Amino acid sequence: MANPLKCDLCSKPATVHLTQIVNNKVHKVDLCEACAQAKGVTDPSGFSLADLLLKASLNPEPGSAAGVRCEQCGFTQNDFKKHGRFGCPACYDVFRGVVEPMLENMHNGTAHAGKIPVRALERKSLYDRLTKLELDLTEAIKSERYEDAARTRDEITQVKQAFDQPSGR
Amino acid sequence: MTIAALLDTPSELTDSASSKTAIVLMTRVRLARNLAGHPFPGWAKPAQRGEVFAACRAAVAAIPQMKRGCNVAIADLSDLERQILVERHLISRELSGTKSGGGVVISKDQAVSVMMNEEDHLRIQVLRSGFNLKKAWSTINELDSALEESLDFAFSPTLGYLTACPTNLGTGMRASAMMHLPALVISNQMEKVVRAVNQLGMVVRGLFGEGSDANGSIFQISNQTTLGEAEEEILKRLASVLQSIIEHELNAREKLLEADAGKLFDKIGRAFGILQNSHLLNSGEAMNLLSLIRLGVDLGVFADANRSMIDRLFIEAQPGHLQHAQKGEFEPGQRDLLRASRLRTEFANFVRPDFTFTTNGKN
Repeated sequence: MANPLKCDLCSKPATVHLTQIVNNKVHKVDLCEACAQAKGVTDPSGFSLADLLLKASLNPEPGSAAGVRCEQCGFTQNDFKKHGRFGCPACYDVFRGVVEPMLENMHNGTAHAGKIPVRALERKSLYDRLTKLELDLTEAIKSERYEDAARTRDEITQVKQAFDQPSGR
Repeated sequence: MTIAALLDTPSELTDSASSKTAIVLMTRVRLARNLAGHPFPGWAKPAQRGEVFAACRAAVAAIPQMKRGCNVAIADLSDLERQILVERHLISRELSGTKSGGGVVISKDQAVSVMMNEEDHLRIQVLRSGFNLKKAWSTINELDSALEESLDFAFSPTLGYLTACPTNLGTGMRASAMMHLPALVISNQMEKVVRAVNQLGMVVRGLFGEGSDANGSIFQISNQTTLGEAEEEILKRLASVLQSIIEHELNAREKLLEADAGKLFDKIGRAFGILQNSHLLNSGEAMNLLSLIRLGVDLGVFADANRSMIDRLFIEAQPGHLQHAQKGEFEPGQRDLLRASRLRTEFANFVRPDFTFTTNGKN
């Protein structure tokens, strides 16, 4: 071979070549011996997060190219490869393409079936509603639709009251 | 409550376990939670960690249950204080080594601790002595709902609670039981048990979590997965695995007694002799000896009432607790002297083992 494969993690010559089919897609990883050892790839029965991450990241889907960066916190896919943890909650949206293939092996299902923070979600929907109503109000006043404006103002008062009341639990 | 007052109060774990729950020393449930719109602790800048700490600390301290608790920044604790909290399972090793913005609020009865800026913004934890998953869950569920009144948790309808590590997604819940399994260890069955438990989606660890050894035949069994099932389902699965481990341990004890009661009694009797007479004991050996005495209590060799004393010593024989009791710095070698002396005192008035009871009186 004129051009021996280089390790995907460092640039030493790769001696371990791993091919796996996950979700009907072929995933290939080339590693040098040291990196393969470090990542636990040589143990075929071992559950290795790094291994899974590597597979996901080396097959970038259109939306998850390695250059993608989380707008909120500046986290990149390479950071995830390094730390195995994400930067902020918004990363889960940005790196969906990386996360989703991992979940099946990691968990007992891929969709949440447990507790829901009802109160926090309620608050968020009230907040979103308030923001929209305030926009409506400005709009109505600007275009001199005073009846609409009065109604919107009443609604705003109601939403604000709901904010202050604890939920009925 | 100050940290000093807390350290001088015995831990929730040393609360006497009833004989029915003898094999399970303690149950624990923890929830991982994060605030929406804030970077996770491992990625956040010190100022951002500080903000999250301030917000969480205020919210946690406002909950009635935590009001009279101990509320501290890790940076304000001495190394010894941190170590004692780790030995009581009130903070994790990871949190004890934290740089800035790490903190904990511990309830007055030490049954609840909320860690801040560990791997996630919040790690809420409830400890109960004995086998008590349901009670631990209902307590932590209420606590979590109370916190939700003032904190906006990062949540996705499909992925559930969003956590720094994807292995905690969904419920963010890790439930575990600390089990005393001496007969399975003596009869070399633990490896088999670990494999079977893993296949059922549960993990077995040593006393102090990941990578710690299993001195004293004490193991932690917890759920591996957090996404895809409701909390109650996970707890039900864990409870049935724990139940079957308990049965295996009881069977192993029967078998040991049937096969060679003399050999088992010899171990227990020698453990008693060493605890009463030795002058040097490292922490691992002390744990193993105490474990045999505890097995003796379960078998009826010693009175039932002694179990809570053994459970207390499991914690108080740890290096941090020993040092705290003696007030002062000690080299590891001195610690072993101290530990032996402490245990000699504790066992000086211990009633001698009675082996006749088990050989004749069993069923």
